[in-house]
Amino acid sequence: MSTENDTVKTPQKSDYDDKFGSAEQQETIEKLTQSDYKWGFTTDIETEVAPKGLNEDTIRFISAKKKEPEFLLEWRLKAFRYWQKMQEPHWPNVNYPPIDYQDAYYYAAPKPKKELKSMDEVDPQLRETFEKLGIPLDEQKRLAGVAVDAVMDSVSVATTFKKELAKHGIIFCSFSDAVQNHPDLIEKYLGSVVPYTDNFFAALNSAVFSDGSFCYIPKGVRCPMELSTYFRINAANTGQFERTLIVAEEGAYVSYLEGCTAPMRDENQLHAAVVEIIAHKDAEVKYSTVQNWYPGDKNGVGGIYNFVTKRGICLEENAKISWTQVETGSAITWKYPSVILKGDNSIGEFYSVALTNNYQQADTGTKMIHLGKNTRSTIISKGISAGKSQNSYRGLVRVSKNADNARNFSQCDSLLIGDKCGAHTFPYLEISNTTAKVEHEATTSKIGEDQIFYLNQRGIDTEDAIGMIVNGYCKEVFMELPMEFAVEARNLLAISLEGSVG
Amino acid sequence: MDSEKKDIREWYQTAFADFENSLNGGASLPFHAVRKKAIARFAELGFPSTRNEDWKYTNIAPLLKHQFQPVAEAPDIAAESLAPFLFKGLDADRLVFVNGVYNEALSSVSNLPDGVILDTLENAFTTHADTVTQALGKTVSYEEETFSALNTAFARTGVFLSVPAGVVLERPLYILHVSKTEGREFLAAPRNLFLFGDNSQARLVEGHYNLDGGTSFKNSVTEISVGADALVEHVRIQDESKDAFHFATTQVEQATGSNYTSVAIDLGGSLVRNNLNVHLAEERCEAHLIGFYFGSGRQLIDNHTMIDHAVPNCESNELYKGILDDRAHGVFNGKVMVRPDAQKTNAFQQNQAILLSDDAHIDSKPQLEIFADDVKCSHGATVGELDDESLFYLRARGIGEQEAHAMLRLAFARDIFNYIKIDAVRERLEELVVERFNNKA
Repeated sequence: MSTENDTVKTPQKSDYDDKFGSAEQQETIEKLTQSDYKWGFTTDIETEVAPKGLNEDTIRFISAKKKEPEFLLEWRLKAFRYWQKMQEPHWPNVNYPPIDYQDAYYYAAPKPKKELKSMDEVDPQLRETFEKLGIPLDEQKRLAGVAVDAVMDSVSVATTFKKELAKHGIIFCSFSDAVQNHPDLIEKYLGSVVPYTDNFFAALNSAVFSDGSFCYIPKGVRCPMELSTYFRINAANTGQFERTLIVAEEGAYVSYLEGCTAPMRDENQLHAAVVEIIAHKDAEVKYSTVQNWYPGDKNGVGGIYNFVTKRGICLEENAKISWTQVETGSAITWKYPSVILKGDNSIGEFYSVALTNNYQQADTGTKMIHLGKNTRSTIISKGISAGKSQNSYRGLVRVSKNADNARNFSQCDSLLIGDKCGAHTFPYLEISNTTAKVEHEATTSKIGEDQIFYLNQRGIDTEDAIGMIVNGYCKEVFMELPMEFAVEARNLLAISLEGSVG
Repeated sequence: MDSEKKDIREWYQTAFADFENSLNGGASLPFHAVRKKAIARFAELGFPSTRNEDWKYTNIAPLLKHQFQPVAEAPDIAAESLAPFLFKGLDADRLVFVNGVYNEALSSVSNLPDGVILDTLENAFTTHADTVTQALGKTVSYEEETFSALNTAFARTGVFLSVPAGVVLERPLYILHVSKTEGREFLAAPRNLFLFGDNSQARLVEGHYNLDGGTSFKNSVTEISVGADALVEHVRIQDESKDAFHFATTQVEQATGSNYTSVAIDLGGSLVRNNLNVHLAEERCEAHLIGFYFGSGRQLIDNHTMIDHAVPNCESNELYKGILDDRAHGVFNGKVMVRPDAQKTNAFQQNQAILLSDDAHIDSKPQLEIFADDVKCSHGATVGELDDESLFYLRARGIGEQEAHAMLRLAFARDIFNYIKIDAVRERLEELVVERFNNKA
């Protein structure tokens, strides 16, 4: 056997030098990159839809359908008129074909809709959908006290644990129910954190939002369970416009979870949600998200456009708002969960894991606006880009003139898997107070060959090794998630990584 | 506001006609065609507003309130009046420009090594027409950016330096710009071209000073080409009057294995904008971008840097520090771009600012854009005040509050000054900065 033949048969180390250690590892990666979206399926439920297109009639239709009070219709129309004058923004680091806002349905409600008293009455097909998602509703009751307000195509279909919550005076219901039963609260808080003039997509949402969740924790109450809502986009070609409003009165505490998966489809879908959080004196709100909408196939076809406005305000002293997000889905993610630190001594936190693969694009981060004295904020952002994806962190830390002794610590790390992806960091620091202490750190690196080698050596294959390393890298964020969610997030990351490593 | 912008744009277009007439023979040279295209492009581009991301924090409205007149002739100034700006003990070749116009009497150039060309750009247009035509505007295009277009249109002269391969310039080159307004609001558009051959070595010191206060608008463009394995150190000191507008664009192109260091010090000016762009075009390059600024009064000092890692195996290192007092406003925007396939890139960036007054303000935007995976990139930004414990330590040893403050500030700034290898320059600069600190303390 000649040496020449040897060199033909054995791939040279240099072939893989810039990637991963060995040919075998390369193959594993190659294989895994091919894997498809595991959770793609559509449920066949007849939906009642508004006519295609967007005009004042559509809005009146939605409002009438939902039997909304006059003030809400007026507000929607004001938002719509304002929206018409606005230009769609194009500053983020993402690319997508122009959206035709007239070529979409703005309202779709699942049929049949009737009052449900127990789980048995829920449409079996619907329940099956949740089974596939791994959220069996009937099990939820037994599970560690998680109440689920399941939103199926904009209209809430089942609400559990209502009685338990009612005992504490907690209101947790769909947005439409809140409009019917607590219009005073809605009128008081709706748009107080994210006014309809805020941005293009917030205006659009304000005009046409279909449903969402409303949560109100009265003074001094500590919510006894994690509140959870599963959003799910279902009817084809329907823009999804959720509206979430959370109000925590003085001394209240709530941990709110939001998680999503979506069916596979070819056409891009716009999702422009708005989340508003109001934390009064000494209140604490913890908002956790796991987002795994359809990211498009491996050629970048299809997938959800996730253009979301999320903002909380620490209205009075000692309030605390904490955002935790795990973003693995959507073709384009564009969102900045923010905190306005208005009350003295208030605290804002942002923990994020954003994973992009194939042709996914993410432009996400946070804004911490320090207005009150002794306000503190922490930002931990972990970006992972793989395939041909683009992942950007964009964050703002603003310390205003009167925010004495404000503190901020930001850490933004990027991990690159493969040499065709991109990681970007755009932090903005605007400081106008001498006593401010603001620190920002960012690093970019790739998964270490030596780490993979170390794990391989101990009998762990490359796929698991990468999963382990990435999970370790994200640990700081996962620790902030509630227990059930943390497990789910870890699984989700592992599944997403299957398709992402390469 | 918009009408003001339009008016002032038209003003520069009109001024261009006068400028053309003052050029005499210069208008017949090939470069004049470029000027004409540049003024036309300027008219299209107009002045940027804060809605432009590159100008988000820098409002140039104050600049648009003046009608600056291009200068053809500079006032005479006495040689003694330059004394404060000459670094004691500095043995350097010196080119002096007054209001952007070359002053031969004040300049002194010794025997340069064979092959080195050092001249004004105005002369070089005729004496080295081919080289200049080929290189000028190659890296800074008037097409894209307003102030580059404005500079190209009004570019009359500047420095042309060409160092052939293998030549080491033993003595630094000191380019001294002084302004004397005598009540006339003038526009100067220095245009510099530096070409460093392979394996050459050079040190540049650039100084921008003012003799009589007053308002002026200096809008310069400098193009630097660093040949393979060449070594270039570039120190830039800007201490213009508190009413001066200072805009400077520097574009550096680096070839294989070259090493370029920029140390930029900004002390003066009412509205200062520096664009420093480094293009690492070939492998094994090293770039160091270092900067210090001290703003007081109502100064606005804006540093924009861009390091473009276009190929693998390069290294960049960036450190900018600033101290802001009174109502001063600092802006830092540092972008590091790592292009696809620019593997094994090392890029480090640090930006630190200290605010001394509640009316002072800093906007910092360190950016990383990375398209390659096998890279080490990091950036850090901190904003804070002087460390209380350090202050206490000094006070406990009987050092007065003012002095302790000045000491800590100097220590903060010294990290930057230490990058200046020319002792005479560094020592004078330290003195100058301490003086400023004490005046403010």
